[in-house]
Amino acid sequence: MKHGKGWFVASFLALPVGLYVWLVILPFAQAFQISLTDWSGYSPSFDYIGFDNFVEMWSDPKGWVIPGFTHTGIILLVLPVIVIVMSLFFAFMLNVGGRSRGGIGGVRGAGFYKIVYFFPQVLATAIIAMVWSQIYKPPATGGLITSALEALGLPYPEYGFMGDTSWVLTGIIAVMVWSSVGFYLVYFSSAMAAIPQDIYEAARIDGASRVKTFFTITLPLLWESVQTAWVYLGIIALDGFVLVFMMTPSQGGPNHASEVIGGVIYKFAFGGGRDAGMASAIGVVLFGVVLILTVVSLRFTRRERIEY
Amino acid sequence: MSMAPMPAVTEEPVTREEKPRAAKSAGDEGGKVLNAFSHGFLVLWAAMVILPVVWIIVNSFRPSGEIKSDPFGLPSELKWSNFSGAWVEANLGQYFVNTVVVLLMSVTGTMLLGAMAAYVLARYTFFGNRAIFLGFVAGMMFPVFLALFPLYKTMDNVGLKDTHFGLALVYIAYSMPFTVFFLTAFFRSLPTGVAEAAMIDGAGHYRLFFRVMLPMAKPGLISITIFNVIGQWNQFILPLVLMGRNPDGQVLSVGLSELVSEAGKQVDTGVLFAGMALAMLPVLIAYILFQRQIQAGMTAGALK
Repeated sequence: MKHGKGWFVASFLALPVGLYVWLVILPFAQAFQISLTDWSGYSPSFDYIGFDNFVEMWSDPKGWVIPGFTHTGIILLVLPVIVIVMSLFFAFMLNVGGRSRGGIGGVRGAGFYKIVYFFPQVLATAIIAMVWSQIYKPPATGGLITSALEALGLPYPEYGFMGDTSWVLTGIIAVMVWSSVGFYLVYFSSAMAAIPQDIYEAARIDGASRVKTFFTITLPLLWESVQTAWVYLGIIALDGFVLVFMMTPSQGGPNHASEVIGGVIYKFAFGGGRDAGMASAIGVVLFGVVLILTVVSLRFTRRERIEY
Repeated sequence: MSMAPMPAVTEEPVTREEKPRAAKSAGDEGGKVLNAFSHGFLVLWAAMVILPVVWIIVNSFRPSGEIKSDPFGLPSELKWSNFSGAWVEANLGQYFVNTVVVLLMSVTGTMLLGAMAAYVLARYTFFGNRAIFLGFVAGMMFPVFLALFPLYKTMDNVGLKDTHFGLALVYIAYSMPFTVFFLTAFFRSLPTGVAEAAMIDGAGHYRLFFRVMLPMAKPGLISITIFNVIGQWNQFILPLVLMGRNPDGQVLSVGLSELVSEAGKQVDTGVLFAGMALAMLPVLIAYILFQRQIQAGMTAGALK
């Protein structure tokens, strides 16, 4: 039996590991190498130029890189906060917010709300982008919000929300929030369901209001889940490519008001930038950011957990 | 879509006053204002999810001119030709078939290879076990954008660019980190007694895996399959880059994006709405039927 084991392990690992190394590990390693070259990606030859790409990207002749990092940074700061606050609020309402009935439970129709709120999560981002493009359009092409504002006699962006430099990024973040809240609501709901009922009952007998119950019981007991959610949302925030690619004019416009870093990398590698070296260098910087975020979040999540 | 539960929710403050609770507290007074506000917000958010979906479905039956002049109107006639236009002329039928073909290969491959790797990593001790596991898990942290260009070149060099098989291989490789991470934890949690008994009965390693361990791991396999189906169905950046030169072989997500792209085909607005409705419908139906399993499958990863 013993001599069969080594062969068995090898035979089971060969394909998965081989495929993973070939299509994931090696391309990542090559990206680090390409980031040190001046390769356009199309020419047969290239030279090693050291860290020039990493210096040059900040002079930003195309006007992509600095807006890209700025907007991705804004999304990284804003998105997790909004989504976590909203989904915690909804989860609390749907699990322990209802007080009219005897026991501790959610508001009426809680099950229905959970089903509805989660739905955007299963839609392809491409479809979400199309739907919201339509919603944001100017009234002349049947935009939902602008037509409503026009009908009410209120001001609206003339070229639609995606055609307006001051609205476009907000519009993109709103779509990201819209599509993620349901997932974190369900996630926090399962964490809240694990909190024993008697804690809430005791709080109620002591006369604690719902707001107080939330901040003194629910939030501290959920802290670990909140931190996990923060990490996941941070990763989502670093993407945003599909929405920007499909919804905004010239894929990051108007006037670079919605460039995000994923889109910038794509444009350098495949979309007219013709600079694979630069694309890889920006990718390496992005990787560095992810690494720092992961290390920081791992440090923070290593707090004591409350057992109950 | 059922709107029925909503009125019930807004009525709640009334029913509360009819039967006051014995343990009334000071917090409950301020609670009433909060209550109305909270419920209003819950209803508003539900409307924000439901209304766009209803809007898309209603408009998919309307001619373009009507949609543009009155985006909120109801169909004056049912324009079924929008759907045939989307399915045939806008090529969504073809994209749909392509996506299914790729997913049949990629999800099967992901589950098989993922389960094999996870099983030996979870259940066998050998040199390098920990390193291989960490190698897989580290992949969850790599931003795919960094690898795009080298990956494109790799696929081009071996002639797998613009092929469904090539795309499926890439999906499998990029689904490995999470699948292995999740399933390793799952295989570790299974009891050892059954496996030992099977070994004593003379089952070999292969037989043990396929006949005993895989069936035991079924709940975990179902969750992660749902997770991978949805994740790979939604893939955008990989097919955009790796199927770019094969427009007829493109998958649904990227195919849809061409309907709205500036350089792409100028599609009739009614057809565009029909296309969105068609792309949304299978997902909507699957979600309504299996929402419990889908929610469990998709949040399973985060809960581990």
